[in-house]
Amino acid sequence: MMTKNSPRSDLLMLVLFSAAILTMPIWLAPVGAGYPDLLQKFAIFGLFALGFNLLFGLTGYLSFGHAAFLGIGSYAAVWSFKLLGMNPLPALLFSVVFSSLFAVAIGYISLRRSGIYFSILTLAFAQMSYNLAYSVLTPITNGETGLRVLQSDPRLFDSSSEASGPLISNLFGIEMTGYSGFYFCAVLLIVGFYISQRIFRSPFGMMLRAVKSNQNRMSYTGLNTRPYTLTAFVISGMFAGVAGSLLAVTDPLAGAERMQWTASGEVVLMTILGGAGTLLGPILGAGLIKYFENIFSAYNEQTLHAIFSFLPDFMEGPVVSLASLFVGEGWHLTLGLLFMVIVIFLPGGIMEGFNRITKMFRRKSSRVGKGTGHSHFPASANAAE
Amino acid sequence: MEILSVKGVNKRFGGLKALDDVNLSIEQGHVHAIIGPNGAGKSTLLNCFVGRLIPDTGSVTFLGKDLIGAKPHEINQAGVSRVFQTPEIFGDLTLQENVMIPTLAKRDGAFTMNAWARVDGQGEIRDKAMHMLEDVGLVDKKDMTADSLSRGDKRRLELAMCLVQDPKLLLLDEPTAGMSRADTNNTIDLLKRIGERGITKIVIEHDMHVVFSLASKISVLAQGTVIAEGQPEDIKGDPRVQEAYLGGAHV
Ligand SMILES: Nc1ncnc2c1ncn2[C@@H]1O[C@H](COP(=O)(O)OP(=O)(O)OP(=O)(O)O)[C@@H](O)[C@H]1O
Ligand SMILES: [Mg+2]
Repeated sequence: MMTKNSPRSDLLMLVLFSAAILTMPIWLAPVGAGYPDLLQKFAIFGLFALGFNLLFGLTGYLSFGHAAFLGIGSYAAVWSFKLLGMNPLPALLFSVVFSSLFAVAIGYISLRRSGIYFSILTLAFAQMSYNLAYSVLTPITNGETGLRVLQSDPRLFDSSSEASGPLISNLFGIEMTGYSGFYFCAVLLIVGFYISQRIFRSPFGMMLRAVKSNQNRMSYTGLNTRPYTLTAFVISGMFAGVAGSLLAVTDPLAGAERMQWTASGEVVLMTILGGAGTLLGPILGAGLIKYFENIFSAYNEQTLHAIFSFLPDFMEGPVVSLASLFVGEGWHLTLGLLFMVIVIFLPGGIMEGFNRITKMFRRKSSRVGKGTGHSHFPASANAAE
Repeated sequence: MEILSVKGVNKRFGGLKALDDVNLSIEQGHVHAIIGPNGAGKSTLLNCFVGRLIPDTGSVTFLGKDLIGAKPHEINQAGVSRVFQTPEIFGDLTLQENVMIPTLAKRDGAFTMNAWARVDGQGEIRDKAMHMLEDVGLVDKKDMTADSLSRGDKRRLELAMCLVQDPKLLLLDEPTAGMSRADTNNTIDLLKRIGERGITKIVIEHDMHVVFSLASKISVLAQGTVIAEGQPEDIKGDPRVQEAYLGGAHV
């Protein structure tokens, strides 16, 4: 499962990862994904899935309410804008503090159960937060309209700048929109990746995998599983909080729909699609889903007619109406199909696919090695591997 | 000196009296065997020692500490390790990780947030784990996942996981079941060797060869009660023991 990881190979991985993320505007341009709005989404939801994976991928606890922390992060960030001004740094701090406070409370209660009961408890908490945000908490969340920053807000540190126009988050003069917004998110994604990598390779991470493997053995080995799972839950809640904060940084408003169960479900899909328990998988999954969402939901009847115009008329109609089920609003149908295909054929997600391919190549190259007489081992030694 | 004291332990499962007023006294440094027919309550008794079950009445004291109501991890941290009848190991992890985890638990306690260090930087822990794997003859398989082992190997792995913690008291529930004769003998040798380190052991076994080559004292359990207790030679000839074992076979 886990091959040799040395500090050097991990450093190399981090450097390559950072390079890949920072150059996304270049290499994603040819597939039509090189524009800032989508790139920001890749980074933000990548971070969200990365954190979710620390809980689900390592400990096996499937939270079905992680969107609650996303929403809390967004609300906290917008409040920071309203009170302290449009700088994203205090907003991030606010989001981390509040999402972890909520994660401690929700985790403490939900982690008393495991398996499906844990999932249901987290789902219940998230739905409760969602409903509260719509109803009694309206003074804090501004209900259905959503929370936004107003010119009349105190904005303590911004009061000097009397600029009118739309309020945009800015980091010491750099506006957090467009590419600079993306790079801000990208840096946080890289930091998040580094933290996640450290956790994966640490004794703490090994204990989390032990939780997933056999909790009984763990307690009879002298380990208290509860604080391990709770810490993992809180860390992953914080990641979600930061992701929520970034959503508000790139677009300073927060709404309750961010906490809905569909959003919680989406991060589960991202993680499983990419490969739960792997370092890179969740980020790939998040990217893939956000990319497809963008591509497929942009199609409509007209674009479909344009695509299928080469067909004879009597076929074009039915084909277009069939295809239109899978695009626009119906793109979730495509997502569902994609998900089914992956889960059935590659239960380990995209990362498993990669591993299979590299294994195939390795086998081939080792065969070549033998042919040229590099290897002196008998064939059986390799077959036994 | 007495390391474990069991007094008047009772446990019922519905109408079934699984343990009926069990009294035991385990001496430090000894190997104490518990034998008895299937369903006698042997595993149930061990469950009461490690916090898996709470007896209805009675007391279990380990080195003066009351074990009733203590959490499994607290009991382990106090120095009690157990090999289960059906192997409890970390099936998805490698053998090396399987042994490193108990080693870390021993060093760092029930919970430590050691999230920034690297597992492969824990040289001392790894060396200790590797030595242990060597002792049980599994070092060649250190990178295999534990699930892919044979039943006998799983048992030896679990034994290694317990031994690496240098427990004060080791509970072994049929440690050689599922092993070949040769592996059984290796395991006996290993257990004798660790006996020299002064670890007290309670062994449940059906294999009399194992019992008589290890135990210094034997308790015979039948239908939840201790029906005989003494030196191996005495137990061999005890008519009540023959009755308990063979009584059912005559039917
Ligand atoms: N958790 C439980 N719930 C209900 N009954 C149980 C439970 N655990 C054990 N029993 C019953 O208690 C009795 C004693 O079981 P136990 O497993 O202690 O026997 P044992 O002496 O270990 O037998 P074996 O040699 O087959 O392992 C059996 O009749 C068993 O069915
Ligand atoms: Mg038993």
